[in-house]
Amino acid sequence: MRGSTTARTMLAPVALGVVAIALWQLLVVAFEVKPFLVPSPSGIAGAFTESFSHIVDAAKVTGLNALIGLVVGGLTGILVAIFANALRVLSQMLAPLVAALAVIPIVALAPVFYAMFGAAAHTGRQIIAAIAVFVPMYLNTLNGLRQVEPVHRDLMRSYAATAEQANRLLLLPGAVPYVLNGLKIGSSLAVISALIAEYFGGPANGLGKAITSAAAGSNYTGAWAYVLGAVLLGALFYGVTAGIEAWALRRRGGS
Amino acid sequence: MRTARAQSILWGVVGVLGVAALWELYKAVAPDEGVTVGSITVLPRTTDIAMPHIWDMVTRLFDPVTRAADADVLWWAVLQAAAFSLGIAALGWVLGVISGMLLALLMQRWLTAESAVLPWVVLSQTVPLIAIAPLVKRWGTNIHVGSFQWENWMSVAVIASYLAFFPVAVSALRGLKSPPQADTDLFHAYAAGWWTTLIRLRLPASVPYLMPALKLAAANAVVGTVVAEVSIGLGGGIGRMIIEFAATASGDPAKTWAPIFGAVLIGLLSAGLVALLGRGLGRFRRGEVPA
Amino acid sequence: MSATRAAVTIQGVDKVFRTRKGGEVHALSDVSLEVAAGEFVSLIGPSGCGKSTLMRLVADLDPATGGEITVFGKTVEQARKDQDYGIAFQQAGLLPWRTVRANIELPLEIHGVDARARKERSDELLALIGLEDFADHHPDQLSGGMKQRVAIARSMAERPRLLLMDEPFGALDEMTREHMQNELVALCQETGAAVIFVTHSIPEAVFLSDRVVVMSPRPGRITDIIDLSFSSRDEDLREDAAFYKGVTAVRSALHGGADASPGPRGVENR
Repeated sequence: MRGSTTARTMLAPVALGVVAIALWQLLVVAFEVKPFLVPSPSGIAGAFTESFSHIVDAAKVTGLNALIGLVVGGLTGILVAIFANALRVLSQMLAPLVAALAVIPIVALAPVFYAMFGAAAHTGRQIIAAIAVFVPMYLNTLNGLRQVEPVHRDLMRSYAATAEQANRLLLLPGAVPYVLNGLKIGSSLAVISALIAEYFGGPANGLGKAITSAAAGSNYTGAWAYVLGAVLLGALFYGVTAGIEAWALRRRGGS
Repeated sequence: MRTARAQSILWGVVGVLGVAALWELYKAVAPDEGVTVGSITVLPRTTDIAMPHIWDMVTRLFDPVTRAADADVLWWAVLQAAAFSLGIAALGWVLGVISGMLLALLMQRWLTAESAVLPWVVLSQTVPLIAIAPLVKRWGTNIHVGSFQWENWMSVAVIASYLAFFPVAVSALRGLKSPPQADTDLFHAYAAGWWTTLIRLRLPASVPYLMPALKLAAANAVVGTVVAEVSIGLGGGIGRMIIEFAATASGDPAKTWAPIFGAVLIGLLSAGLVALLGRGLGRFRRGEVPA
Repeated sequence: MSATRAAVTIQGVDKVFRTRKGGEVHALSDVSLEVAAGEFVSLIGPSGCGKSTLMRLVADLDPATGGEITVFGKTVEQARKDQDYGIAFQQAGLLPWRTVRANIELPLEIHGVDARARKERSDELLALIGLEDFADHHPDQLSGGMKQRVAIARSMAERPRLLLMDEPFGALDEMTREHMQNELVALCQETGAAVIFVTHSIPEAVFLSDRVVVMSPRPGRITDIIDLSFSSRDEDLREDAAFYKGVTAVRSALHGGADASPGPRGVENR
């Protein structure tokens, strides 16, 4: 029974992936699909290995922007959420601003940030990634801080615990799973935002710009190879944050 | 109850005004070239080009778009572009919701399907499909079926739907699986089939999970539309307008902000429309959980 | 030892809750009660009689609307700040990310007791509740009864002279419940603390208490106080005629108190 469950959760997705790629390859070869439509997986793999070092370089640039955005946006989100939870007025003042940030395309602000921080620097992209990360971090942390059970609140009051003690001993540890979930969501957003911000101008050595310039030069197989690089970068960010989440929750001893 | 609501709206307005005040305060106090550490600008420049006055942004809305004699007034042009983008986003949202629901049903029905598909659904969100927007455009130009011609705006809608489907698929699956054993046992005891159980139990039970997901999907669809417009190069919408106006920023910096306000507007409008939809499903929404 | 050596004095206390629609609920009306040092007093009554509310006022978790409450001669706020009482609720309320030991040490940690003294005290308490082997387990690895024992050990961490307990055994099965009652009796005899114990089980109140305070709703008030002076409290008492007499006395007091409804709802007769 256990064996079949493992087979199902581990093998099934792998099998689906293999079948999909095989089918893709087969169709491209069988119908002689032109590369500008869909290049074959083997073609993409070839282009990927061929320009591997360039892809890695570009991924480093985009990845660093995303990482800085993730750290800055994440920490800001947690801090602001702690203050907003302590000060009801602050959370009310922030509510419409965060609601707006959550529904607007933040990358639309890219040209503005390029003007404010200089179009030759990566600062504007990092800020865009940071804002994109801030929103789920702030909302998740605040939600987590508010999940306190009444019995725990009573307990802290009966101990005459200070606000700082209640935060450190009760609220923050309780919010950890929510914060980590926010981080996981934020990690994908950071990569995508840093990538897309490149479409709106700025320095041209990142993955996003590489995709568009390859496509503009009709090098479609090359463009797909860069897309594959972006996919792997996104998966790396997601995998690491999901790993941190799983590790922290296990260490915490159930829930 | 009513006063509490009025109070939170009041504080919300204070928050927005506070940001505007901070903007003007920083602009007045900080040096023109911002604050740089080494060669990196850590605090923004405050010139009128980088940070126009709030009132300039607002008054600019009531001037014509260009100096041309037949130019529309700016806010009207922005509103038209916003309506265009909102329409595409709505189409993308509908497509995304339908495909997300179908996928969730598939995964709920067959456990193996869930095991095989769910990891890919999650992985799909790390794939910046927006990044292949330039490639999607190339596909479209090769599709001719009879008199049907693939248009660029359809590519934009497809990309928007790709961003919208994920929260729907994941939350709908959670919702469909949410009824406890006792409930499914009850339906089993009634000898109800899968279909009856779906209609009478699983779908109603999934509404509380679905509502936040639909809202998130709407926001994603808007983001997808605006960005895809830029990368595909589709004119007429907010995304393209942002790029066009940003190009003239040095001569007319306040104009850059007009389409950004337009983007905020469609974001809020789409969230409002979904909220309106949710009111109709009020009786299924007891004990809603955030997505 | 003066005559005012009371653990808790409650004088003419009122508590009014305002509802969201602007109405008022009279949770407690003119309640007076004195609990002597070392005395075990149970509060019993149907749902809505204000027994939990009364305990929360003593604990300074909610403010009273009128009247006066003192704990060891101090205001409730001062008593809370001085940690003169320990408290346990119906839910164990353990922090899920802390081990059993760290949960017991929580109040000591908050009040700046150093690590060595904390460990000494938690060792003592773990032995007292018989969970030495579970010191490093997390709450999700414990049964309901074990969790509740940890919560009670935590309430005793600072050797309070007063214990406030709000239906601490309410969520346990009958077997575990009787076992926990026996343990609580033993613990109280050892520590000599006064206890205010909220319950809706008649046998539980009778078995544990020196006095049972019977309350009635709308508005919440004390209708009767029944003295029980058993010579000893052990398993045999549960089969004793005096015990059944006590149960009968409390039951009839409860029924007499509920004049509007056919029977006291929310009271268990088991």
